[in-house]
Amino acid sequence: MEERPFSDISYRKFLEEEKFMGSRCRKCGQIYVPPRRFCLECRSEDMEWHEMKGEGELAAFTCISIGPSFMIEEGYDRKNPYCTGVVTLVEGPRMVARIEGVDARNPESIKIGTPMKVEFLHRGEGDKARTFLAFRPA
Amino acid sequence: MMSGSSRRRIGRGVAIVGAGMSNFGMFPDRDSKDLFAEAFSEMLASVDKGFDPADIQAAWIGNFSNDFFVHQAHWGPIIADLTGIVPRAVTRTEGACASSTLAMRDGLMAIASGMYDIVLAGGVEEMSKCTTEEVTEGLALATSPYEGEAGYTFPGVFGALATAYFHKYGAGREHLMNITIKSHENAPLNPKGQFKQTIRDLMEARKARAAKKGEPVPDWADEKEALFDPRFNPPVAWPMHLFDCCPISDGASCILMVAEELAKSFTDNPIYIVGFGQGSGRGLHACPSLTSFEANKQAAAEAYGMSGLTPKDVQFAEVHDCFSIAELIHIEDLGFFPEGEGYKAIAEGETRREGRMPINTSGGLKCKGHPVGATGTAQMYEVWKQLRGEAGERQIPGRDLYIGATQNLGGTGGTCTFTIFERR
Repeated sequence: MEERPFSDISYRKFLEEEKFMGSRCRKCGQIYVPPRRFCLECRSEDMEWHEMKGEGELAAFTCISIGPSFMIEEGYDRKNPYCTGVVTLVEGPRMVARIEGVDARNPESIKIGTPMKVEFLHRGEGDKARTFLAFRPA
Repeated sequence: MMSGSSRRRIGRGVAIVGAGMSNFGMFPDRDSKDLFAEAFSEMLASVDKGFDPADIQAAWIGNFSNDFFVHQAHWGPIIADLTGIVPRAVTRTEGACASSTLAMRDGLMAIASGMYDIVLAGGVEEMSKCTTEEVTEGLALATSPYEGEAGYTFPGVFGALATAYFHKYGAGREHLMNITIKSHENAPLNPKGQFKQTIRDLMEARKARAAKKGEPVPDWADEKEALFDPRFNPPVAWPMHLFDCCPISDGASCILMVAEELAKSFTDNPIYIVGFGQGSGRGLHACPSLTSFEANKQAAAEAYGMSGLTPKDVQFAEVHDCFSIAELIHIEDLGFFPEGEGYKAIAEGETRREGRMPINTSGGLKCKGHPVGATGTAQMYEVWKQLRGEAGERQIPGRDLYIGATQNLGGTGGTCTFTIFERR
């Protein structure tokens, strides 16, 4: 894997390339996503990039009716809530991410434990272009 | 390795000898200075044997985000000027919604170290001049960066924790409603609170309004039926609905702290700070449990270790119920109830004023209001009132109170504090 600093900026650049990347400690094998520069387990700084499988299961979620301005700009509101959640990845770590492909108007239909697969949401144009991590039911 | 839990001690005893709080609510005609002045005046009047504010040697003032909310930062010297503390040291502390508990902590350390003898700690926040969207965005500055970009709001993070708790322990929205109903039962008894109506009062008002307008009158059988009705209690961040969430508030509060050996010169009834702990936590993506705050566990271990007390010794507490699920998690994290059992104890009324372990006799953040920078020392104000038997109609009945506690959360669990108070 190419040389990029183990930083949030690198993590987001990988997302733009539709790669879900964490860092892995070469000494003890611990995986971090978003990436960390230092291993919190063994305190090693010998890290390598690790592409996550992008699979996991839903550990927690919420369906938001009153969102921050960037979500409102995407068209979400009280009548059109969106789902965001916590996914436990097959590699062990958890990640927070938007949850697509579920009925946010009917939260009772969304089940913890549902298998999930990664997705990359590209929103906005030009300088405002952003890529967001998302998951949807597998 | 030192875990830091049981070996920390307060070098010199610290007592609270005065406390004040402004009314909490939405005050378009009052700014942060007006609100702090209100709290400060009450604090001065509460010092039983009198007190000259010129004797304050230093102060710490908690404020989360007035730079965002009212475009004014650097609140230390502004409050110093207001209260006449100038030119002595006044420092702003920021720990999101725990900002003024951190003010108290700095004062505690300063007195315990011998650096100062008489210190003011307080906090202020002025939020209601912003729109709901602006406040949501301002508060979201205290979530973790990853939560922010995933679209989380504050209620959203707590909504996610609620789904994890429900899944793990079999609780549901109806159990969180018990917390809301209880807070609203205490609310009418707190004259300084933002909301003063019980859920039943609000139901009846809604029915009367519908009847007057000639609209269909709701036939809710009880409080929970009303709370399940999305017209009465719309979703904010499912499963957090409007009545699971604390309001947007303006307010201020403060306490006067002195070295233990000076306490009796100010009052015959000082309240001693006997245990304090503070922890930090990571975001939802990295926290070890989705049904507990690691920062709470750290704070509790430190405060119990410092005081030599156990959860059983604490007779009542104010905990940080920014959202209903938070109150439930806190009372388990602090050891008042076993993990996964808190919701059952709440259902049995154990956290009501008359119950075994009264929680949030003030009405909590839910009803008293939550001007974030003022909340920590306002919780201490309630404990001060209860321990001195001065809580009026909301005084915990039938018990001689001598140990109370406050738990304050900042961000989405990034900062948690736990403070234990004793009346001797």
